[in-house]
Amino acid sequence: MSQHFLSDTSVLLGRSLRHISRSMDTIITTAIMPIAFMLLFVFVFGGAINTGTDSYVNYLLPGILLITIASGISYTAYRLFLDLKGGIFERFQSMPIARSSVLWAHVLTSLVANLVSLVVVVLMALLMGFRSGAGVVQWLGVAGLLVLFTLALTWLAVIAGLSAKTVDGASAFSYPLIFLPFISSAFVPTETMPAPVRAFAENQPVTSIVNSIRDLLNQQQVGSDLWIAIAWCVGILVVAYFFAMAAYRRKIS
Amino acid sequence: MKTNQVPGPAIHVQGLEKSYKKLEVLRGVDFEVAPGSIFALLGSNGAGKTTVVRILSTLLAPDAGTAHVNGFDVATQSAQVRASISLTGQFAAVDEVLTGRENLVLVAKLRHLKDSGTIADELLERFSLTDAAARKVSEYSGGMRRRLDIAMSLIGDPRIIFLDEPTTGLDPQARLEVWRMVKELAANGTTVLLTTQYLDEAEQLADRVAILNEGKIIVNGTLAELKAMLPPAKVEYVEKQPTLEDVFFALIGANK
Repeated sequence: MSQHFLSDTSVLLGRSLRHISRSMDTIITTAIMPIAFMLLFVFVFGGAINTGTDSYVNYLLPGILLITIASGISYTAYRLFLDLKGGIFERFQSMPIARSSVLWAHVLTSLVANLVSLVVVVLMALLMGFRSGAGVVQWLGVAGLLVLFTLALTWLAVIAGLSAKTVDGASAFSYPLIFLPFISSAFVPTETMPAPVRAFAENQPVTSIVNSIRDLLNQQQVGSDLWIAIAWCVGILVVAYFFAMAAYRRKIS
Repeated sequence: MKTNQVPGPAIHVQGLEKSYKKLEVLRGVDFEVAPGSIFALLGSNGAGKTTVVRILSTLLAPDAGTAHVNGFDVATQSAQVRASISLTGQFAAVDEVLTGRENLVLVAKLRHLKDSGTIADELLERFSLTDAAARKVSEYSGGMRRRLDIAMSLIGDPRIIFLDEPTTGLDPQARLEVWRMVKELAANGTTVLLTTQYLDEAEQLADRVAILNEGKIIVNGTLAELKAMLPPAKVEYVEKQPTLEDVFFALIGANK
């Protein structure tokens, strides 16, 4: 049946994209919280934060983008959970289709929805004075990292969506992920933190990703941070994919 | 995938067992369903009806026993089984956000059929949903939802259809409509396995009835055979009172 994988996935992708286009509010909601954080930090706290850079919104944006993704993927878990709950998942699984295309369609939908939210947030940042002289290559690098991070978190969301018992449970797993950027280099330089917090902040995935995106946007030389960031994303992706597939097999057997 | 009908029974189940942790749901279930017939699996809630349907539609693996659908083993030839069947689950498995027509087109495309639009329009017509075709399913009534659900199951002309409690939660009119559809299906040669907890539903529709109780089939036969198991009916003369159903349909002017 695998010869149908691509066509089945694209049919199901079309279905969930239609869901999104009919409930644009989910994308707006996804973008609202990061935009609120951005407003709060730039116009309220920002004046008192010394990052050693001219523009705080430039400093802040990478972390805000990661928060956008972390809140966006809770909807991925939510949509998957509703499919399971409503019985349409079973209908698809009992049809002669490539079975895994049901999951892949959700994953690709998550990617598209998050990219739209990210564009909304970047446009808002531009309004707030964000500027970057980054060229095409740097922007491609930023996009690549964000896609990789989205995929990694999306597979985490698949685990949550498949194993949750309630709608709340399906989306609650994303709260710690949304919080993670606060204990990183996203809002303030890690040098100001007490030693144990600093040790955590500097060695968790968000800091390396934030630093890489910041360097790319500032047209600075990206150091080892980029490789650490990629390693984190790929690592989370592989582990989450493995557990998601295990949860999926439990569901269908 | 071609799924030519294999000679022999449409469904053959032998020694099926399934437990959830310590709860034994099926404790050795055997039955056969002849091609083109309507077979009713009758039982109260929790008797294991849905578990049987889930095993037959390859959604659940049995702990022991074998099940063949259209001649294919559900365990080792699940792809062929899925190509031979259609499942209409206990709760209408329709996409609420899409319109009725979009739901049908979606299934037609997933079954890799050409002309998905034409197929959708024909089914909408056949199930009296043409007027509601462009409306979101979330606005449909329970009866319309069930009709759409069954219409989605017919796409691709599967040889065998599983209907898990197809009329639970429907109003009497919608129920009669579902019954009419099931009879039509069987008349066209489709094998129907339906589960129900309503005795009259089994009586109205089924060629054969099997009663599932506590994970075992306790009786299996035609309606006449089941009736013959009890002592002959005593003849009494009672004035015929209209049933509430007669009154209901007389008042709302529906004809059966």
